[in-house]
Amino acid sequence: MLEPLQEPFMQRALAEVVLLGVAAGALGCWVVFYGLSYAAESLSHSLFPGLVLAAIAGAPLLLGAAPAIVLAAAAIALAARVAGVSRDAAVAVVVTTMFGLGALLALAPASPPGVESLLFGDVFGVTDGDLLTAAILVVGVGVALRLLHGRLLVAGFDRGTARSLGVSPALVDAALLLLLGAGIVVAVQGLGNLLVVAVFVGPAAAARRLSDRMVPMMLLAAGLAALAGIAGLYLSYYAGTAGGASVALAIVAIYLLSLPAGRLRAGRRPLPLPTEATIG
Amino acid sequence: MPAAELIEAEGLAAGYDGAVAISGVDFSLRGGQTLALLGPNGGGKTTLLRALLGELAPLAGALRVAATCGTVPQTERSRLDYPVSALDVAMMGTLPRLPWWRRPGRREREAAAEALDRVGLRALAEQTFGRLSGGQRQRVLIARALVQDAGVLLLDEPFSGLDRPSAESLERLIAELAEEGRAVVIATHDLEQARACDLVLCINKRQVACGSPDRVLEDLGVLEATYGGAIVEIPGGAGRAILPPHHHHH
Repeated sequence: MLEPLQEPFMQRALAEVVLLGVAAGALGCWVVFYGLSYAAESLSHSLFPGLVLAAIAGAPLLLGAAPAIVLAAAAIALAARVAGVSRDAAVAVVVTTMFGLGALLALAPASPPGVESLLFGDVFGVTDGDLLTAAILVVGVGVALRLLHGRLLVAGFDRGTARSLGVSPALVDAALLLLLGAGIVVAVQGLGNLLVVAVFVGPAAAARRLSDRMVPMMLLAAGLAALAGIAGLYLSYYAGTAGGASVALAIVAIYLLSLPAGRLRAGRRPLPLPTEATIG
Repeated sequence: MPAAELIEAEGLAAGYDGAVAISGVDFSLRGGQTLALLGPNGGGKTTLLRALLGELAPLAGALRVAATCGTVPQTERSRLDYPVSALDVAMMGTLPRLPWWRRPGRREREAAAEALDRVGLRALAEQTFGRLSGGQRQRVLIARALVQDAGVLLLDEPFSGLDRPSAESLERLIAELAEEGRAVVIATHDLEQARACDLVLCINKRQVACGSPDRVLEDLGVLEATYGGAIVEIPGGAGRAILPPHHHHH
């Protein structure tokens, strides 16, 4: 069990998946409750050309990913304004265009080899700089979620009456998408363009089955995501499987385990509730 | 001394993107009074409630609301799978008076618990909102409005889907809250519940009538202008009722 911990690359990879798991797990609960899972997947795919351009230029991937995600968000907003184009159709058009553009760039003769690491991540290649970025993400997401908690709760509960409670659902949506974009841009380097969405959605979906309060759910999702990251890396180390894919598999396994656990928990809930008559 | 006017509407018109949805709304409501808002689906009840909340600016006429409005929406609009307790929902009412960087603390928690106590739900404060009965959920949303310190309560079809005992219990609570000096506006389809209010306002794109229940509800012409042909006489002289909207097509 301790043998992998002797390897510096494994130590860094473990630190990276734990940090990303904590940020993505907590943020993922809001992503799931706001119905943004498809948006998360779309955002991660649409920043692919930015990753490829950064790789070609030999620049940090973050520098390519950040403008690409902003461009994709603006393109989705513009496409959705075209008469007769629904929002999900606009997302699909923009995402396939961006991903196709990234594939064209990646397969061009001038592109460096190793494009698969952009698609599937290179969690064993994380640098100290990547770890620092992930740590900043954890702090930033933590502070933002703490400040926004009440407003996120109100807008997600009933958008129609949020304004009467001094909360603008549009601003809350924008803040959440901004956090999600930042999370994806940072996490995509370790977990890859195709698999990064798993860490935002899977642990949160599992935690939702195991808790019915938001804060415990976020803590649980963060813990499950970190646990899945560690389990995935151990699987990768001993079975020789790809790191990002192994982490994604561990997340799926945790979700599947949450299904019977959630049913068991539901069966133990105290019922029935007091009637109207007993509460006056 | 009579209670102060908390709502005054004069020739009010309101709508969306400049298009008028309701017009000619004239009424005033004092603290302690209840007003039933009667009208068909799509007749403008929600538009008037949104205008009272300040979400829609008057397109014509004038509207003055001299107290904080607390809205109690239909609970079907809230997410029943949402991970919040009754106390969490009541505490949402503290947000408007907190600076954006502050989370609700002990004082806000106590205010929410007191409001739940006021609506008879203190024992269920930690219960998940979605697992409460329809009547209990209405009470939690009323508690949220009380936490806002609302002088005007706007209730959107609060009795819909409730069994008779739950509806009567909720009616008693609403009457008590009005007696404490609040103005209460209730959008409803139920003529019997409208009869229990101090005033009835009938609306169908425009104000059809506003006055005491005796005057408004006994006038078949007013009810027909409000609901079209959807009024039925209950056999045995038990009064009139409005057919549910889905009956229109048969």
